[in-house]
Amino acid sequence: MELCPLIKNILLLDSEGKRIAVKYYSDDWPTNSAKEAFEKAVFAKTQKTNARTDAEITMFDNYVVVYKFVQDLHFFVTGGENENEIILAAVLQGFFDAVGLLLRGTVDKKEALENLDLILLCLDEIVDGGIILETDANVIAGKVASHSMDAGAPLSEQTITQALATAREHLTRSLLK
Amino acid sequence: MAQPLVKKDDDRDDEADYSPFLGIEKGAVLQEARVFNDPQLDPRRCSQVITKLLYLLNQGETFTKVEATEVFFAVTKLFQSKDIGLRRMVYVMIKELSPSADEVIIVTSSLMKDMTSKTDMYRANAIRVLCRITDGTLLTQIERYLKQAIVDKNPVVASAALVSGIHLLQTNPEIVKRWSNEVQEAVQSRAALVQFHALALLHQIRQNDRLAVNKLVSSLTKGSVRSPLAQCLLIRYTSQVIRESANNNQAGDRPFYDFLEGCLRHKAEMVIFEAARAITELNGVTSRELTPAITVLQLFLSSSKPVLRFAAVRTLNKVAMTHPMAVTNCNIDMESLISDQNRSIATLAITTLLKTGNESSVDRLMKQITNFMSDIADEFKIVVVEAIRSLCLKFPLKHRSLMNFLSNILREEGGFEYKKAIVDSIVILIRDIPEAKESGLLHLCEFIEDCEFTYLSTQILHFLGIEGPKTSDPSKYIRYIYNRVHLENATVRAGAVSTLAKFGAMVDTLKPRVFVLLRRCLFENDDEVRDRATLYINTLGGDGAVVETGEDVKEFLFGSLDIPLVNLENSLKNYEPSEESFDINSVPKEVKTQPLAEKKAPGKKPTGLGASPAGPPSTVDAYEKLLSSIPEFANFGKLFKSSAPVELTEAETEYAVNVVKHIFDGHVVFQYNCTNTIPEQLLENVTVIVDASEAEEFAEVASKPLRSLPYDSPGQTFVAFEKPEGVPAVGKFSNMLRFIVKEVDPSTGEAEDDGVEDEYQLEELEVVAADYMLKVGVSNFRNAWETMDADCERVDEYGLGPRESLAEAVNAVINLLGMQPCEGTEVVPNNSRSHTCLLSGVYIGNVKVLVRLQFGLDGPKDVAMKLAVRSEDEAVSDAIHEIVASG
Repeated sequence: MELCPLIKNILLLDSEGKRIAVKYYSDDWPTNSAKEAFEKAVFAKTQKTNARTDAEITMFDNYVVVYKFVQDLHFFVTGGENENEIILAAVLQGFFDAVGLLLRGTVDKKEALENLDLILLCLDEIVDGGIILETDANVIAGKVASHSMDAGAPLSEQTITQALATAREHLTRSLLK
Repeated sequence: MAQPLVKKDDDRDDEADYSPFLGIEKGAVLQEARVFNDPQLDPRRCSQVITKLLYLLNQGETFTKVEATEVFFAVTKLFQSKDIGLRRMVYVMIKELSPSADEVIIVTSSLMKDMTSKTDMYRANAIRVLCRITDGTLLTQIERYLKQAIVDKNPVVASAALVSGIHLLQTNPEIVKRWSNEVQEAVQSRAALVQFHALALLHQIRQNDRLAVNKLVSSLTKGSVRSPLAQCLLIRYTSQVIRESANNNQAGDRPFYDFLEGCLRHKAEMVIFEAARAITELNGVTSRELTPAITVLQLFLSSSKPVLRFAAVRTLNKVAMTHPMAVTNCNIDMESLISDQNRSIATLAITTLLKTGNESSVDRLMKQITNFMSDIADEFKIVVVEAIRSLCLKFPLKHRSLMNFLSNILREEGGFEYKKAIVDSIVILIRDIPEAKESGLLHLCEFIEDCEFTYLSTQILHFLGIEGPKTSDPSKYIRYIYNRVHLENATVRAGAVSTLAKFGAMVDTLKPRVFVLLRRCLFENDDEVRDRATLYINTLGGDGAVVETGEDVKEFLFGSLDIPLVNLENSLKNYEPSEESFDINSVPKEVKTQPLAEKKAPGKKPTGLGASPAGPPSTVDAYEKLLSSIPEFANFGKLFKSSAPVELTEAETEYAVNVVKHIFDGHVVFQYNCTNTIPEQLLENVTVIVDASEAEEFAEVASKPLRSLPYDSPGQTFVAFEKPEGVPAVGKFSNMLRFIVKEVDPSTGEAEDDGVEDEYQLEELEVVAADYMLKVGVSNFRNAWETMDADCERVDEYGLGPRESLAEAVNAVINLLGMQPCEGTEVVPNNSRSHTCLLSGVYIGNVKVLVRLQFGLDGPKDVAMKLAVRSEDEAVSDAIHEIVASG
């Protein structure tokens, strides 16, 4: 029996259900078409709900899916049938807020695609092989944004202001390119 | 509800489709990746190319082996750059490419260098990458660094090492187990997530050592865990310890319950919920233990966060299945959730209410549900329909309003699965609640007037044909049925014709009218419909006069085929057209038992239309029919009892044999159910040679061999014994399966002509006293006991010796006697030191027997028992004591 909370996948889709960035941590969906089918079904099921102020939740094919939308971005976190819903919601919130921090509040599809590297690093910092690495959005964003810091600066001493500053710097850079 | 989709501002329309990856192409990006080889690396440019590659992979694009290798080698060049941002992307890229073993070697040294770097971010990520792609041989080389990393003062590095350890434990347990000391130190870390990861790894290292887990839990529950996630883990480990210790610790308070209860007051919601859920899932949880957990869940029900409401209502829904009373306090909060925006929450709330509701609240509830049904999806509706069905079975008096509800929703729009669920529910209610029959049948009739599903129409027509004629006014159904003959497709028309014929056969007064209707069907276009009409006109006979229908006609129309359809299908497939016509008697009647499949799907109830309307015939009926069809056994009289099948072979042997003991007054018949599991063999002339030398009172009188036993098609052979009439003779029998085996060519399925005689040893079989006892319950044990003559009472005391538990002793005696426990007395409450158990049964010779058993614990484990027997015959009372004394 698996006792450690496990995340099955994290999805970031657009308002038509198309992939922005997805990460699967489980073998439940072995092929790309299985993954796409899952995304399509999840999207269809949640599309009409209002998940803009609070995270929403649904049961689906023996998975628990928590989700939250902003602008034309749809965030999903999936766990097994018996997973603690509140833990899943914490992961979703961490992802959602970290993306918000990294995109400096302008959270939409265009911005997300232009900063896809940040989103991918963000996914990499939240969950490792299904195990939750971090749920605190500030820490996640800090770790992602740290990548233009000086090599010597230890991560722990870096404040969130610094993290945001680097995120901002990165943003301006990507706008200029 | 329908929330306006993202507003598409006009000013954004023109660039709505803009994407930095518009028109991206794999080939071009692979070309671009050549910049990785430039002597002067441009980190920004390289980062962008990696992002593009990752984007392609993320969109489901795949690289060929050659492409992947090429990209991988190019990416390894990037370790030359000192740019941190680029390095991060390189790490992610390497993980995505999951390189093969010989490729891994290329990056190993670079990664090992990063692992010992001063930069924390390098160390953390290099550990994660290296552990992900390594194959174990490398692990011993880097083990030293990993152990250091686990206790690194930087939490990100420590977490990276610990999480990697959790993954590596699956592939290289012996190495990871050596890190135990470091991991233990990390559990005490001040960083929340490090504590969580360390605890997870430590538990996985020790999970097979129950004592160590116990120790871990007892020390940590004293309170040194800060991280909410770690606390959730600890709760899970604690429940596991409770579960495993429950079996051998029946006395005293539940260990660690206080810890779980304490967690209900934790700051973090995830911990509160985890603890509440753990308490509700405790084995044999008492209502006192449940109360605090239910209270916090109730608070969650009115939370503003949908996730909390969902979590709470889902858990309460589960509790309602086992402890409906405990949940009733939440009913008011639950009712307000019916209008919840989130339909999953609303559905769970409704089904919970349906489980906890009492008879008086049903009507109010139904009103609320009616409004609710119109705006949920079919899948939720099915859940509600099933809940309503069980509610109706619980409160049969409410059948009118519940049946009305079902018929209303039956008329509304809906897909096949949903409609089928409703029809199944109505059918079950008709079957189980006699008062609901007439209204239910009419609802079904109205439904088929406008039913788009052929399957449902034919099933309902079939059901009508069986139930309709038994109602007070069968004639009112005729119109509905005949309408189908006009208005439907051929399949439904054929079904309707058969149903008409059944009415004609069962209701003599209707016969002339049915005759007229059937005659009209003779001009049908469809062959099947016309043939059926012709057939029925001829079988009903009597030229349409009011005459009684012959028994054999009824048998033909209503009699069930007493052969499993699967077997018939198999036999028909194997039949080759020849001079010899197909003999239906050669079809094996044994139903293949599927205990495994049934266990797998415990939630699946037999649904209405699939099961035969009168309920499946009890096995005794089936056995009786089977035995009386065998001439050798026809004169044995009435079958007294058939035992459950006893396996005589191990699972998964060449031949699977089990035996059913059929007890008659003066005979015993052993029915050996044999299955041949070897595709290359055909067994012929199968018999069981029974040695009854240890069963002196039995004498073999007949045996019926099995002519042929093909692969995977069960067959039976019988052996009959004579025994003194009315005497519960017991004895042991040893069995030997004897047969002629013929080789079968698996490609053609043809058997060779010559066979070899062979034998196969089976296990022994015993006829015991319990075989002579029928489980027959009484409704009021005390009354039955009082009315029985006290002169025939026999009382004695027995010492049962040391037993595992009181419950185990009680079960043992019940099984020994083979009697029916009454009034739930077979259940022994936890921790009790004495118990009274009431049993009733009918002994061979149709003698009623009542037994009162009083158990007491004598010393720590010794069980003493007082046995009082009353029966209609004192000899039988003595016999019961005899059974216990010799058992």
